[in-house]
Amino acid sequence: MGNTYQTINVTQENGIVTLVLNRPSAFNAFTPEMNKEIIDALRKANKDDTARCIVITGEGKAFCSGEDLGGVSEDTNHADFLRNRYHPMMKAVKQTSKPVIAAVNGTAAGAGMSLALAADFRLVRPETKFVSAFIDIGLVPDSGFMYNLPRLVGYAKALEVAVLGKPITGEEAYQLGLATKVIDSSTWDEEVAKFAELLAKKPTKAISLVKRYMMDGMHEPYEQALDQEAQAQRIAGLSQDHKEGLQAFKEKRKPTFIGY
Amino acid sequence: MSKEHINVYTEGSTGVIQLNRPKVANALNRKMVDEIVEQMEAFDRDETIRVIFIKGNEKAFAAGADIEEMMDDTPLSLEQLDPFAVWDRMMLIKKPIIAGVNGFALGGGFELVLHCDLIVAAEDAKFGFPEVNLGVMPGAGGTQLLTKAMGRAKALEWIWLGQPMGAQEALNYGVINRIAAPELVEEEALRLASQLSKQAPVSLRLIKEAVSEAVDTPLNEGLTLERKNFYLAFATQDQKEGMKAFTEKRRPSFKGV
Repeated sequence: MGNTYQTINVTQENGIVTLVLNRPSAFNAFTPEMNKEIIDALRKANKDDTARCIVITGEGKAFCSGEDLGGVSEDTNHADFLRNRYHPMMKAVKQTSKPVIAAVNGTAAGAGMSLALAADFRLVRPETKFVSAFIDIGLVPDSGFMYNLPRLVGYAKALEVAVLGKPITGEEAYQLGLATKVIDSSTWDEEVAKFAELLAKKPTKAISLVKRYMMDGMHEPYEQALDQEAQAQRIAGLSQDHKEGLQAFKEKRKPTFIGY
Repeated sequence: MSKEHINVYTEGSTGVIQLNRPKVANALNRKMVDEIVEQMEAFDRDETIRVIFIKGNEKAFAAGADIEEMMDDTPLSLEQLDPFAVWDRMMLIKKPIIAGVNGFALGGGFELVLHCDLIVAAEDAKFGFPEVNLGVMPGAGGTQLLTKAMGRAKALEWIWLGQPMGAQEALNYGVINRIAAPELVEEEALRLASQLSKQAPVSLRLIKEAVSEAVDTPLNEGLTLERKNFYLAFATQDQKEGMKAFTEKRRPSFKGV
C-alpha cells in the first residue's frame, strides 16, 4: 500500500494495517483533508483481502485532539460540518469489515474520542485521557459519540461522561469496560502489535459478521436479531476458516485461518 | 438458453434471469429489456416453471438505463419507437416474479424491480431515481409504481431529490419485502421461491390477479373479481387436494391443475 497521504501515515505488515494520525504539532487534530484520507485508507484496507486488522493511533503525545478549532467560527454550520466531513468517516469505520483497534496512545478529545469510540477495540496507556470536550464549549458530543458510548458502557455512565465532561484516564477507561487493556508505556509498541497480530490471525470473515450485527442487535427486535444471527452463521458456515477450524479440532492442532 | 444481455437458467422449478452487462453495472438498454420480457413470457408459458427470479450481480442489480442510447432521442423519435411500451408486458406475467437486489437498483433498474412481485434486497442495497439530476424523470413506470408502493409524500421526496434510498428505509415503507445479508440475497430469494413453488400454482395466479386489481380499481369491482377468482379456484384439482389434505391432517401436494 503506497503512502501518498499528507496528514496520515499508513503501513501494512503481516496483515496489519497501521493508520497513524500524523499532525503531531496540532495534537493530530482533524482537518478536512485528514477526514478524507482516513476514509480512503479504510476503504482500501477494506477491499484488501490480505489486510486483516486495522490499528488507528496517533503520532507524538496525543491520539487525536478532535476538530482543529482553527477552522471553526461563529459562521460555522455545525450540522453541515458533521454531515460533510465527520459522518462519512464514522460510517467508514463502522462499515469496515475488519476489526479496528484504536491504540489510544495519549489524549483523545472531542471527535478524537468519538473516533476511538467507533473502533471495535480500545487499547490505552495509564496516561491516556478521554476528554469529551464538547459540553464545556457549549456543544453536544458528536460524530457518533451519543450513539456509541451508551452502547459500550451503559446509559448512566455515558450521560455522566457526556454532561460532566470529566476526563477519563486509561485506568478508569479499563474499569468502565471502555478499554480492552491498559498497557504500560514501556511495552506499548510491542503489546499493541501483539494484540493486533492476535486479531489478524482470527477468522476475519466471522469477526466482520459479529461487527456487522451485534451492535445493531442492541436496538433491533429479538426476532430480527435472531434471523440475522442465522444468516451470519450460514455465511460463516460456508467459510474456508470454518472448515479449517473443524478440521483442526478433529486433528487436535491449532487452526490456521486465512480470513475468509 | 442465455441471450446477449441476460443469462438464463433454471434452479429446480424456478426460472432465473440474470442481468448480464457487468461492465456497465447492468445498465438497461432496449435490447436487454426486450430480452428480459421475452424470457419472462417464456417462463410464464413453461409448465415446469413455477416462479421467476431476476437478479443482477453482487455489485449491482442495474444502475439505470443506458444514457448513451437515449442522448440523441427527440420527442418524435421516442413517440415513434415507444420504448416503454414493452414494459407493460411484464405486468401481464401471471407467475410470481421475485427480484434479488445486491448493490444498486437505480432509475430503470429500480423500475424493473418495481415491476416484480416480491423484492429481496441486501441490507446495503440502494434504490433510487437519479433521473432528476440529468434533467429528466422516470419514464418506465417509476412515478406511478413507487407512489402506489409508498404513498405520494415519500415518493415525491425520493424522486425529486434523486438521492438513493437504503434497503432498511425501503423496507420500512413497504417498497420491498425482505432484507438479507449481501452474501445471502440469492439464497434467501430462492428460499422464498421454493416456498412459493409448493403453493397451489393456480391459487398464486388468481391471488396475483386479484391483489393487482386492488391497486387501482374501485372496491366493488375488486371484490367482484376476487369472488370470481375464488369460485374459479374450485375448478382445480388442487382445491380438492388442498381441502382433502386439510381434513386428513396431512400436507397437500399441488399439481397446478
